[in-house]
Amino acid sequence: MPNARLTAWLPYFVVGLLALFPMVESTFYTQLLTKVLIMAIFAMSLDLLVGYTGLVSFGHAAYFGLAGYALALMAPKYETVSLWWSLPAAIGVCALFALVTGTLVLRTRGIYFIMVTLAFAQMLFFIFHDTKIGGGSDGIYIYAKPVMKLGDAVLLDLEKLQNFYWLVLALTALVYLLLHRVLGSTFGRALLGIKVNEHRMRALGFPVFRYQLASFTLSGALAGVAGYLAAAQYGFVNPEILSWHQSGAVLMMVILGGMGSLYGAVIGAFAFVLLQEVLSNQAWFGIAAKHWQLAMGIFIMLVALYLPQGLAGLLQQFGRKPVTEIADE
Amino acid sequence: MDFAFFLIQLLNGLQYGLLLFLVASGLTLVFGIMGIINLAHGSFYMVGAYLAWSLSSLTGSLAAAILLAIPLTVILGMALERLLFRHLYQRDHLYQVLLTYGLILVFEELRSIIWGDDVHGVVVPALLNASIPLTDNLSYPVYRLAISGVCLLLAAGLYFLIQKTRLGMMIRAGASNRDMVQSLGIDIKLIYTLVFALGIALAAFAGMINAPLSSVFPNMGSQVLIICFVVVVIGGIGSVKGAMAASLMIGLGETFGQVLMPDFAGMIVYVLMAIVLVWRPEGLFGRA
Repeated sequence: MPNARLTAWLPYFVVGLLALFPMVESTFYTQLLTKVLIMAIFAMSLDLLVGYTGLVSFGHAAYFGLAGYALALMAPKYETVSLWWSLPAAIGVCALFALVTGTLVLRTRGIYFIMVTLAFAQMLFFIFHDTKIGGGSDGIYIYAKPVMKLGDAVLLDLEKLQNFYWLVLALTALVYLLLHRVLGSTFGRALLGIKVNEHRMRALGFPVFRYQLASFTLSGALAGVAGYLAAAQYGFVNPEILSWHQSGAVLMMVILGGMGSLYGAVIGAFAFVLLQEVLSNQAWFGIAAKHWQLAMGIFIMLVALYLPQGLAGLLQQFGRKPVTEIADE
Repeated sequence: MDFAFFLIQLLNGLQYGLLLFLVASGLTLVFGIMGIINLAHGSFYMVGAYLAWSLSSLTGSLAAAILLAIPLTVILGMALERLLFRHLYQRDHLYQVLLTYGLILVFEELRSIIWGDDVHGVVVPALLNASIPLTDNLSYPVYRLAISGVCLLLAAGLYFLIQKTRLGMMIRAGASNRDMVQSLGIDIKLIYTLVFALGIALAAFAGMINAPLSSVFPNMGSQVLIICFVVVVIGGIGSVKGAMAASLMIGLGETFGQVLMPDFAGMIVYVLMAIVLVWRPEGLFGRA
C-alpha cells in the first residue's frame, strides 16, 4: 500500500523539516518550538500511561518537576554541570520516585487512581514549596546550561539556542522511537491488553501489576527527560512546575491530540502550546489576553464534550478509517 | 502542653475537620451517587467565600449575605448539572477530569474579572464576636465554636436526609442502580440534579462561614480541594460516614502536627493517605 509507505516515512520527513527550522526562523520561534518539543516529550510519556496502559494520572507534573529540581540541585552555582551524568541522574531520580509512588498508587483504580496521583504530586509540591530544600516558593536559578564535552572539547555549545533546539529535537525523536519500539514489543501488546481487559490478562497469567508498574516507571522517567530540558531552557525552577495546572495541561495535550497514538501526543503539544501563545498575545487580544485562561478553560471544556478522540481522531476520520478501530488497535 | 492549650488545639482540630467534612461530603456524594469526579468542587468553596465577602460588604451583615448566597449557589449548581455534567455520566472519568479542569480555569478567571486578585477580610458577626476565657491569657473565640456547631447540625441533617427520608431512599437506590430506579417511575434525573446542587451548596456554605477565619483569596479553592480528595480516599468513595471519620482524622492530625512537629505538618496528611492505601486501598468505609 503506497499509503502505508508514506506514513512510515512521514516522521523522518517531519524531523528533517524541524531540524531546518532554526536556519530560517528567528530566535523567538526557535525558543517557542523548543518549548513545544519539550512538551511533546512530556505528553508522549503521559500517553504511555493514559492511552496505552489505561491509567489516568493527574499528577504527572511530579516527575516533570522533580527532574527540573534534580538538575537545579545538581548544578554547582557558578560552574557548569555535565549533561552526560546529570541527565541520566535526573532520569534515575524520577524513575525511582515513580517506582515508589507506583507501588502505592497502583493499588487503586479509576477515580481513586486519579485522586491519589494528584495527591502525591501535591505532596511533592508542598515539600518544595514549604521547605528550604529547593529555595522554597522562590525556586532556584540555574545559571548555566549543562555542557556536552568529550574530553576537553565542547561537542555542542548548548548556550546557543539552535544547538539546544537540536538537542531537544534529537531527544524528542529518540523518545518517540523508544516508545514506538516498546509499544510494538510483547510488553507493549500486553499493556494494551491490560488496558482493554485487566481481568482477562490476569487470568491469562500475565503479572498485571508488574507490567503496570514498569509502564508507570518508564513514563515517570521519560517525563523526567522533559522536565530536565524545561529547567535547562528556562534557567530556573520553582514549585509551579510541579503544580497540578501542569498536570492538567499535559493531560489536555494528550487528549487534544488524541490518546493512544504517539504522534497524537506530539500534535496535541503543538496545538496546546501554540493556542496558549495566541490567546495570551496582547497585540491581538489586548485586555482579554490577560484573562486568556478563560478562553482556554472554555476550549478545554468543548474538547471534553465534543472531541473525545482528539485531533488525531479527527484526522483519521477524514482518512475514512473508523475511529473505534484505532482505539482498539 | 497544659490542659487549656491542649483544649484549644483539640477544638481547632475538630472545627477544621468539621469544616472539611462539609466540603468533602458533597464531593463524596457526587462521586458515590453519580460516579462523577468533580475537580471544580473546590471552586464552589471559593465562590461561596467571595459571595460572603461581597454580599456582606453590600448588606453589612454576614448572616444576610449567607441567606442571599445559598439560593444563588443552589441555582448555580442546578444549572451546571443541567448544562454540563449531565452529558458526562456515561463517559470515561478522563473526560470528567478534563471538563472540570476547564471549569476551574473559567471560575478562577471569572473571579479575577469580577472580584479582582486581592486578599479580603470578612468581619466576624458582632453577635458571635466574643471569646471565652480559659486561663489568664488563653481564650477561645465563640465564632469557631459556632462554626463547629453549625457543621455538626448539618452533618446530622445530612445523615437524617439520606438514611431516614423517602428522598434519601431514592438517592441511595439511584446510587446502586440508576436504570431500575428510573423504571420504577422515579425521576432519577431530578434526583441527580438535586444531589449535585446539594453538594455544591455544602461546599459553598463551608466557604461562606469560614470566610471570617480564613479571609478570602485567589486559589483558595484548590487548597481545600486537594485535602478533600485525601479525605475521600481515606474515608472511601461515596461513604458519608467515611468522610466524617477521615475529616476529623485529618483535621486533628494537621492541627496537632503543626504544634508538635511544624516542619512536617504539610506532609502528615499524605503520609496518612499512604498508610491507608497500603492497609485498605478502598478506604476506611469504602466498598471493595
